[in-house]
Amino acid sequence: MADTTAHLDGNCLAGPLSEILSVEPTAAWWRCPQCARSGPLADLHVYGPEPGLTARCPGCAHVALRLVREEGHIWLSMGGSAGAFRFPVA
Amino acid sequence: MARAAELGRLTVAVIWRRAQLVERRPQNATARTLVFSVPGWPGHLPGQHVDVRLTADDGYQAVRSYSLAAPADGDRIELGVQSVPDGEVSPYLADALPVGMDVEVRGPLGNWFVWRPAAGEPVLLVAGGSGIVPLAAMVRAHRASGSDSALSLVYSVRGGDDVWYRDHLDDGHPGLDVRFLYTRKPPPGSIRDPARISAADLADAAAGLRPSSPVYVCGPTGFVETAADLLTGLGRDPATIRTERFG
Ligand SMILES: Cc1cc2nc3c(=O)[nH]c(=O)nc-3n(C[C@H](O)[C@H](O)[C@H](O)COP(=O)(O)OP(=O)(O)OC[C@H]3O[C@@H](n4cnc5c(N)ncnc54)[C@H](O)[C@@H]3O)c2cc1C
Ligand SMILES: [Zn+2]
Repeated sequence: MADTTAHLDGNCLAGPLSEILSVEPTAAWWRCPQCARSGPLADLHVYGPEPGLTARCPGCAHVALRLVREEGHIWLSMGGSAGAFRFPVA
Repeated sequence: MARAAELGRLTVAVIWRRAQLVERRPQNATARTLVFSVPGWPGHLPGQHVDVRLTADDGYQAVRSYSLAAPADGDRIELGVQSVPDGEVSPYLADALPVGMDVEVRGPLGNWFVWRPAAGEPVLLVAGGSGIVPLAAMVRAHRASGSDSALSLVYSVRGGDDVWYRDHLDDGHPGLDVRFLYTRKPPPGSIRDPARISAADLADAAAGLRPSSPVYVCGPTGFVETAADLLTGLGRDPATIRTERFG
C-alpha cells in the first residue's frame, strides 16, 4: 500500500475488519447517503497508506468508513464526520 | 471444508497462522506459484483470499492480500504472485523468500468474490493478467465438483508466454470454454488481431448466460473497470457482476 493515490479493492477490508467483526463484511450492503449509489462493501474504493484505511463511495468519493490500526487497538468510524469507535484487539 | 465457510459466514475468529513455504514454481517470467503448509488451515471457498504478513528483523510489518489459487486441500494452500516492479512485498515473495521459511497468513477472507460449487448456473469468468488467480481456483473447484454447469473464461494476456495455469486451462475439458485474448503478441495462427478486451469478445462469451448468471471479473484496476463497463453496456445487470481489483 505504498501508493496513496491509487485505490485498493474493497475486498481488502476483509482482513482488517475480521479483527473486530464476527460476520464476514465484504458482502454487506451499503447505500451512499450522498449520491444514493448502493452495492456491497467489496465495491468501495479503499485508500491507504496503512495503518489508516479510508473506504470511499466508488460513485462520489463520500467517505463510507475509516479504519486505523494502532498497537493494541483498531479505531473504526462509519460515515464521514461521525465519531470513531475504538476496539481493543490482540 | 470449514462448515462456517460453507454457511458463508465466518463466525470463527480469523487469526494469523504460520505458513511455511514448501514449493515455488514459475508460471511465467514474473509470476510464481507458491505453495505453503499452514497447520490448522480451516479450508476455503474458491475466490477467497488471505492476507500475508511479513515481519522484518526490526519489527516492521507489511501486509498484502493474495488470492487462493487452488481449491481447499488440507493444510496446503497455493498462491499466485505477480512480481510488481518496485513493489515492496511481491518481488520478495516471488523470488527471494527461501523455501522452508515462514510467513504469516490470515484467512480465509472474503465472502463476496466467491463461487459456490453448488450454484448450478452458467458462469462467466473474466481475467486480466494476474487476475486469473482466484478464477483458476473456481475453474479447478468446478472440475473437482463434477458440476455440469457451463463455465466460460475470457483471459486477457499480453502474449502466449504470459499465460498462467496453462495445464488447467488448456486440457479441452467439455465443461470449460476458454478464450485467450492476446493484447500484444498473439501466438502464430491466432485469428483475432492483438487488441484490448472489447464488447464483441465479451458478447460471444456471455451468449450462454441467463440474466441472473454471475460474472466474476478480476485483474488490474483499469482492466476490471473496462470489462465491467462493457458488460453493463451489453445489458448485464450490474448486481450480477462481482469484481476484484489487484491494483
Ligand atoms: C483482494 C485482493 C487479492 C489479491 N490477490 C493477488 C494475487 O492473487 N496475486 C497477486 O500477484 N496480487 C494480488 N493482489 C495484489 C497484492 O495485494 C499487492 O497489491 C501486489 O502484490 C503489489 O504489492 P507490492 O507490495 O509488491 O507493491 P506496493 O509496494 O504495494 O506497490 C508498488 C507500486 O505498484 C503498484 N501496484 C500494486 N499492485 C499492482 C499490481 N497488481 N499490478 C501492477 N501494479 C501494481 C502500486 O500502485 C504501486 O505504485 C490482490 C489484492 C487484493 C486487494
Ligand atoms: Zn456516493
